[in-house]
Amino acid sequence: MSEPLALTGAPNEPSATGSVRTLPPSLAAAPARRRAFTEALAAWALAGPAVFFLLALFFLPVIGVFVIAITDWQFGGLTLSFVGLANFREIFADDGFRASLVNTIVYVLIVVPGTLVFGLLIALLIESGKSCRSFYRAIHFLPFMATLTAMAVAWEALLHPTIGLVNQTLAAMGLPTANWLRDENTALPVLAVIGIWQNLGYAMVLFLAGLKSIPQDLYDAADTDGADLWLDRLRTVTLPLLGPVSMFVVIVVALRAFESFDTVKVLTQGGPGHASEMLLYTLYRESFEYLRSGYGAAVAVVFLAIVVTLTLAQVRLMDRRVHYQ
Amino acid sequence: MASVSIDSIHKNYGATSVLRGVSLSIADGEFLTLLGPSGCGKSTLLRILAGLEMQDAGSLSIGERAVDNLRPKCRDVAMVFQSYALYPHMTVASNMGLPLRMRRLSTFQRLPLLGRLLPGTARIAAEIDAEVTRTAKSLGIGHLLARKPGQLSGGQRQRVAVGRAMVRHPAVFLMDEPLSNLDAKLRVQMRAEIKELHQRLGVTFVYVTHDQAEAMTLSDRVAVMLDGELLQVAPPQEIYADPDDRRVAEFIGSPKINMLDGVVRERGLIDVAGSTLAIGADALAGAHLTLGIRPEAFHLAERGGQGVLTGSVRMIEHMGSDLFVHFDLAGGDHPLIARLLAERAPDIAPGQTLHVGVRPDRVLLFDRNGRRLRQEVESGRASVTPIREVAR
Repeated sequence: MSEPLALTGAPNEPSATGSVRTLPPSLAAAPARRRAFTEALAAWALAGPAVFFLLALFFLPVIGVFVIAITDWQFGGLTLSFVGLANFREIFADDGFRASLVNTIVYVLIVVPGTLVFGLLIALLIESGKSCRSFYRAIHFLPFMATLTAMAVAWEALLHPTIGLVNQTLAAMGLPTANWLRDENTALPVLAVIGIWQNLGYAMVLFLAGLKSIPQDLYDAADTDGADLWLDRLRTVTLPLLGPVSMFVVIVVALRAFESFDTVKVLTQGGPGHASEMLLYTLYRESFEYLRSGYGAAVAVVFLAIVVTLTLAQVRLMDRRVHYQ
Repeated sequence: MASVSIDSIHKNYGATSVLRGVSLSIADGEFLTLLGPSGCGKSTLLRILAGLEMQDAGSLSIGERAVDNLRPKCRDVAMVFQSYALYPHMTVASNMGLPLRMRRLSTFQRLPLLGRLLPGTARIAAEIDAEVTRTAKSLGIGHLLARKPGQLSGGQRQRVAVGRAMVRHPAVFLMDEPLSNLDAKLRVQMRAEIKELHQRLGVTFVYVTHDQAEAMTLSDRVAVMLDGELLQVAPPQEIYADPDDRRVAEFIGSPKINMLDGVVRERGLIDVAGSTLAIGADALAGAHLTLGIRPEAFHLAERGGQGVLTGSVRMIEHMGSDLFVHFDLAGGDHPLIARLLAERAPDIAPGQTLHVGVRPDRVLLFDRNGRRLRQEVESGRASVTPIREVAR
C-alpha cells in the first residue's frame, strides 16, 4: 500500500529541485519543505515493512503477555477479569516457582563460568597444537550443532542407573554410583554439565577467532619484556585481549542458559520434586499443560525482566572495562 | 653497552632461503642501520638478534657473550616494534613498567591482590614507578602516564614504545621500522629524536628500515641487504658515493642513479650512447660495462662532443634550487635524469635538445655481473681536466 506513494514521490523530486533554481531565495523555502516531506515519506515507505513486522511479531506479543499477566484468563476461556498484581503475588508465594527461579540462577552460575573456562582451555589447546586442528574444532562444535533433544537421549542412556556407561565405569573403578537424573542432589548439576557440554563448542569457536586476532607483535613484546612463561603471556596478552570476545561469550551463554528447556523436558521433567525445575519449563507447564495463562504470563514477565536486566547490566558494565579506547 | 657480532647466519622458511650467511660486527655504541627493500630479510635478522626467531645456522654474540641459546629476555636487548606493540589494556605507566616488574618482582609478588601484601613488593613497586616517571619525563610523556595507548596519538605511542625499551637500560636497542606508521612531518621530527636519544644513551642501536633517508641521516654505518645477503656495510657517505655493487647504487639515491651501457674502446675511453667518455676502466677493449651516473654528476654543456651526452628533453621538474631534467638519449631505451642548478639552466623546455657533460670521476663502473669496477685513479684523474675544460 505504501509502495505507490514512494513511486509517485520519486519523479516529483527532480521537478521540485528544478523550480528551486528559478525561484528567488525567499520563495525557495516551500519546495524545500515539500522535498523534506517527500524524503520522510520515502524513508517510512522503505522502513515500513520491517516496522510492521517488528510491531506485529515482537512488540504486540510482549504487550499481550503483560496484559494477560494482570488477568485471570484461562487458555481458551471466553471471559476474563483484571486481577491486578494477584498473579505476581501468587507466583512469588508459590514454593514451586521460587524453587524454579533459584534452580535457574544456580544453573546459569554453573554453566556460564564452566563454559567460559573450558571453552577457553580447549581453544588454547587447539591453538597451541599443530596437527588435526580442524578435526578437534569440528568435534567440539558438534554438540552445539546437534539437536539437544536427540542428544538428550544419548545422555539418558549414559546416565541410566543400572546399564548406563557412567555408573558401570564408576562401579568398575570402585567408586560410588548414583541415580543421576532421579536424585534431587545430582539432577540439576547433571543438567548443568550437559549445558556446558552443549555450549562449549560455541564458546571455543569464538575464542579461537579471538585468539587469531591477537597481533603476534604483542607476544613478541611480552617475550622481550620478560613475560615469556606460559602463565605470564596468558595474563599479559592473551586474557586481556580476549576481553571483548569473553564479554560476548558470557552474554550469549548466559541467555542460552536462562532459556534452557529441552534437557529439562526430556530428561527430568523438573523432577524429582522441583529439584531440576527451571523458569522456562515452569512457564511451559503452567501455560500449556495446566492452561493457567495468567499465571504463565506472570512467569513470562519475570523471565523477561531478568533477561533484559541481565543483558543491559552486562553490556554496560563490561563494555567499559573491556574495550580499551 | 655491548658490541654485537653476527656470524654467518642462515635462515630458511620451508624452501625459501631468507638469510644466506649474513656476517656483521657492530661496535659498542654504534648506530647501525639494516637497509633494504621489503622481503630482503632485514627484519628477520633483527628478530633473530632479539631471540624471537632461531637461526638455522650461524652464531650470535652480544658483548662477548654467546646468546644463541638464550631467551629474548636474557639477551639484554630491547625492541621497538613497527606497530609499537603496546598492551592496549594497560596504562602508559604499566606498559613502561612491565619489563621492570617482570624482572624485579617474583611470580607471587606479581599476583593481582595478594602480591601487594608480600614483603618488599611495595618498596620495589615504588622504585619502578619512580624510574618509569623519570624515563617518561625525559621523553616528554610524563603527563600521559595514566592514559591508555588507545587515547594517544601516533607520535606519543612511539615515545611510549621507546620508553618501554629504555626503562631497563638494555645493552642493545633493536628498532624495527619504528617510524613507518607516522606521517611524514612527524617522521622527520622523531628521526631527530632517535638520533638525539642515541647520542644521549651511547648504547648500541640496530635499526631496520626501508627508508634510505632514515638510514642516511641516522646511521654511523649502513648495511645494505638484498635477497638475504649483505651487499655492503659502510658509512652513509661511502654507500652513496662509492657503492660496491650495482644494486646498492640503484637502491640508494633519489632520483635513482642513471644506468647506461657502454663499451670500452681503448684504455681510458668508453663509448656510450653515441659519445665517448674519457674514463679509465680496468677492462679490456671491447668489454661491455654499465656506467652509473648520479643525476647531480651531470652539468650543462653548450655543444656536443667528447665527454658530452646529447638528448632531447622529455620533462622538467622544478625543485626550487634544482631542476630534475628527464631526457632521452638518441637510441636510449629509458630516460635519464639530470639534476641541474636552476640558475644555470633557466630556459630549458620540453622537446629541446640538451647537451650535458659528465664528470668522469663521478662515473661508477659496473661489470656485467653488477660488481663495481674501480677506476684507475691516476690515469682517470689525468684525463679529467681537459674534458672538464671542454665541457664548461
